[in-house]
Amino acid sequence: MEHALSLFVRSIFADNMIFAYFLGMCSYLAVSKNVKTSAGLGVAVTFVLIVTLPVNYLLQTLVLEPLHLSYLSFILFIAVIAAIVQLVEMIVEKYSPSLYASLGIFLPLIAVNCAIMGGSLFMQQRIGLPAVDPKAITSLLDAFMYALGSGIGWFLAIVCLAGIREKMEYNDVPKPLQGLGITFITVGLMALAFMCFSGLEI
Amino acid sequence: MLSQKTKDTLLGPLNANNPVVVQILGICSALAVTVQLKPALVMGIAVTIIVAMANVIVSLIRNTIPMRVRIIVQLVVVAALVTLVSEILKAFAYDVAMQLSVYLGLIITNCILMGRLEAFAMTNNAWDSLLDGLGNGLGYAIILVIVAFVRELFGSGQLLGFQIIPQSFYDAGYENCGMMLMPAMALILVGCVIWVHRSINDKEAK
Repeated sequence: MEHALSLFVRSIFADNMIFAYFLGMCSYLAVSKNVKTSAGLGVAVTFVLIVTLPVNYLLQTLVLEPLHLSYLSFILFIAVIAAIVQLVEMIVEKYSPSLYASLGIFLPLIAVNCAIMGGSLFMQQRIGLPAVDPKAITSLLDAFMYALGSGIGWFLAIVCLAGIREKMEYNDVPKPLQGLGITFITVGLMALAFMCFSGLEI
Repeated sequence: MLSQKTKDTLLGPLNANNPVVVQILGICSALAVTVQLKPALVMGIAVTIIVAMANVIVSLIRNTIPMRVRIIVQLVVVAALVTLVSEILKAFAYDVAMQLSVYLGLIITNCILMGRLEAFAMTNNAWDSLLDGLGNGLGYAIILVIVAFVRELFGSGQLLGFQIIPQSFYDAGYENCGMMLMPAMALILVGCVIWVHRSINDKEAK
């Protein structure tokens, strides 16, 4: 339990998906223009992460490893992600139309969001680590906590950037730097700020 | 030798229509593998080969793909190619494959691939798709090489693993800029590349 908790906190701050590993950068930059939509995307990514990562964990430990099929993991993981995104979309549409209306357009896009695939691949690497390593994922609970932490970290990052970008509308930025240039530099500075968590021992 | 249209298809993505700094596609891996020049070069070549081949394959079968499941079909084609490339790299260049780690697998979800397959290969013939894939892959590789060049030169004083900055500089008090090796600097450098690129291109447009 303690291990799972530390994994959770680490993946929000020290191993933040955006600032430490640049995962899901494309949608991060494209959708962070206002706080409301970016919060919607953040929730959607978190949701898909906590469903797909445990499934991929079971697939990796119960199917791929015993049968020595790890080289097929790329194809299998992406198929699982695409299938689950499709499923989640149908379930949400049926049982919670209001949530569907707010997530709607983002859900299909998430299938090709590198945050989900990256999360699965990092998890696959961490399964092999010795159990004493703070980054090791040794049980289904660990996988779930890792997914939840990564999702919340991603959510936090996109909402922060959207807030800054909303403020920045009124700033006098040099013309060639306007738009994406200054966004990149802002994210760089945010990443520098987040680095203060990297020495954290939990 | 080449008509104007094929020339545009091949060379456009290198500068005016660059996938990374203009269309903002494929950023994740562009930032993550640029600490050193060598993995950046390998990544650039791998992406170029995969985009070109995936473009050709999807373009050849484009008339048999049902519209509703096209994303899945494209993903499977790309995933198969990435698996091939990653197995080849593991066999012949193991240390680089380890340095690239998960970002090699992440080529599958690289937006350049899905973007080119959707926007170009689904509607054009195989030859044009091949050129388009090569052009976009090279456009991506150029940015990777520029960023990696700056980061490795100033971050560790080396290029491709060879010492560039002579020992006498260090004796005189020069120090490597450790900040270049941090993830944050990759973002700031790409921001600067966009800045330079836009100010040059805007001047040409006027």
